[in-house]
Amino acid sequence: MNGIHDMGGMHGFGPVEREANEPVFHHEWEGRAFAMRVVTPVPIPGGARNNIETMEPLRYLRSSYYEKWLHARVKGLIDSGVLTAAELQAREALYRGRPDTPVPHCEDPERVQAVLANLRKHRSPRREVDAQPRFAIGDVVRVRNLHPHGHTRLPRYVRGKRGVVTRFYGFQDVQDAQPSGAAAEPQAVYAVRFAALELWGDAAEANSTVCIDMWESYLEPLEEQSQ
Amino acid sequence: MNGAHHHAHAGSDADMALRTQALESLLVEKGLITTDVIDAVVRTYEQDIGPLNGAKVVARAWVDPAYKQRLMADGTAAVAELGFSGAQGADIVVLENTPSVHNVVVCTLCSCYPWPVLGLPPAWYKSYAYRSRLVREPRTVLREFGLDLPENIEVRVWDSNSDIRYMVLPERPAGTEHLREDELVPLVTRDAMIGTAIVRAGGVSSAPAES
Repeated sequence: MNGIHDMGGMHGFGPVEREANEPVFHHEWEGRAFAMRVVTPVPIPGGARNNIETMEPLRYLRSSYYEKWLHARVKGLIDSGVLTAAELQAREALYRGRPDTPVPHCEDPERVQAVLANLRKHRSPRREVDAQPRFAIGDVVRVRNLHPHGHTRLPRYVRGKRGVVTRFYGFQDVQDAQPSGAAAEPQAVYAVRFAALELWGDAAEANSTVCIDMWESYLEPLEEQSQ
Repeated sequence: MNGAHHHAHAGSDADMALRTQALESLLVEKGLITTDVIDAVVRTYEQDIGPLNGAKVVARAWVDPAYKQRLMADGTAAVAELGFSGAQGADIVVLENTPSVHNVVVCTLCSCYPWPVLGLPPAWYKSYAYRSRLVREPRTVLREFGLDLPENIEVRVWDSNSDIRYMVLPERPAGTEHLREDELVPLVTRDAMIGTAIVRAGGVSSAPAES
C-alpha cells in the first residue's frame, strides 16, 4: 500500500537525532512489549507489518517504535480471537484504578529454554524450487509501476526506475499480500543497484547509488547487458 | 530523555506501560506466555545479543583471511561459526567497505536490522529522518554523523526491504597491524557496522553520539 510508512526520499523530518549511551529499552514497558510481540505463540493474521502499515497515518507518525509493535501484537491477538478489545480495556481499567493489583506471575524454566533456543534457531528464507531465475547479474531492468493495496516490499521511490541486477539471492517466499486463498510460488530475489541520478534527478548527490532487493515480479527486462 | 527517542507519542509512556501490563496480565492468565519467558527475552537482548557480536565477526575477518572469505561467501554460516544466529538474521549478507566503495544500511519501510550480530537497532536507525533521508542524500546524512567522504568514494546505500539482513565489514584502520584479534574487537563500533562511521585506530569514533 502507498502508506505513510513508505518514507524513502521524503522531505521534512529534520536532522537525524542521536542519543549518547542509549539503552536498549528506554522504558521497562518497551522491553516487555517487545518480548510479547516476538515470542507469544499466536500468529498475527496478515502479519505484524501489515497491522503497523494500516494504522491511521497520523497515529503512525505519532507512535513510537514499540508503541507500533504493541499495536501489531494486540491487533493480532484480537483478530485471532485470543482476546477481545473489551477484555483488554477492562484489565487496563483495573490497573489504572488499583495500581497495586499484582500482575499474575508464572514461571516455566523449560519454556524459557525452548523460547531462547527458538530465538537463535536458523530458518533460511531461501526455498528449493525447480525453476530458473529470469535475470542474470549485469542485466538492466526496470521496476514495474505497481501500486498494490496490501502489504508490499516495493517502495514508491524505485517504481518505474532503471537499475542493474548485482546479486542473486535464490528463491524466497513472496511477502506481498496475496488475494485471500491464493498462494504465491517462491520467486527469485535479486539485489538491484540504482544510480542516484536515476532516482533523484538533479537533486542526486555525487557518486552514490542505492541497492534494494527485488522479487522477480517487481521487475521487467529493459535490455540485456553483459558486465 | 533526549535525542531521537522523544518523537511525539500517540499514547504517553504511562498509557503504554498500562497497556503492556494489562496485556501481560491477560497472556499469563491465559497460559500463552510466562513471566520468566518475558524476563529472559528482555535480558537476552539487553545483555547477550548486541553489537559486540558483530565486532567479534569483524575482528575475526580482519585477522583471518580464510574466515573473511567464508564471511563474504555466506555471511549467515560464517557468523554462526562464532555462535550468532536466529531471529532477524536468517540470511545475513556482509558488505565489504573498500577504498573505493563505502556501504551504509537503512530500512525505509520499517526498521529491519541484523539482530544476531548488532542487537536491536538504536532509535536513530528507526527514526523517520534516517529512514526518509539516507536513500536521497546519503552524503549529507553521513556528514551529520561526522563522516565526510570524498567524492571519489562511491556511497552505496542498501535499503533492507527483504529477508536479507545486511552488515557492513568496515576497513581495518592503518596503524592496527600489531593488534591481536581481541584487541581489535573494542575498536569496532556499532555505527561502523551499519556504515554511518568508519573504524579509527585510536578507537575514537567519528560519531559524537556513538554508544
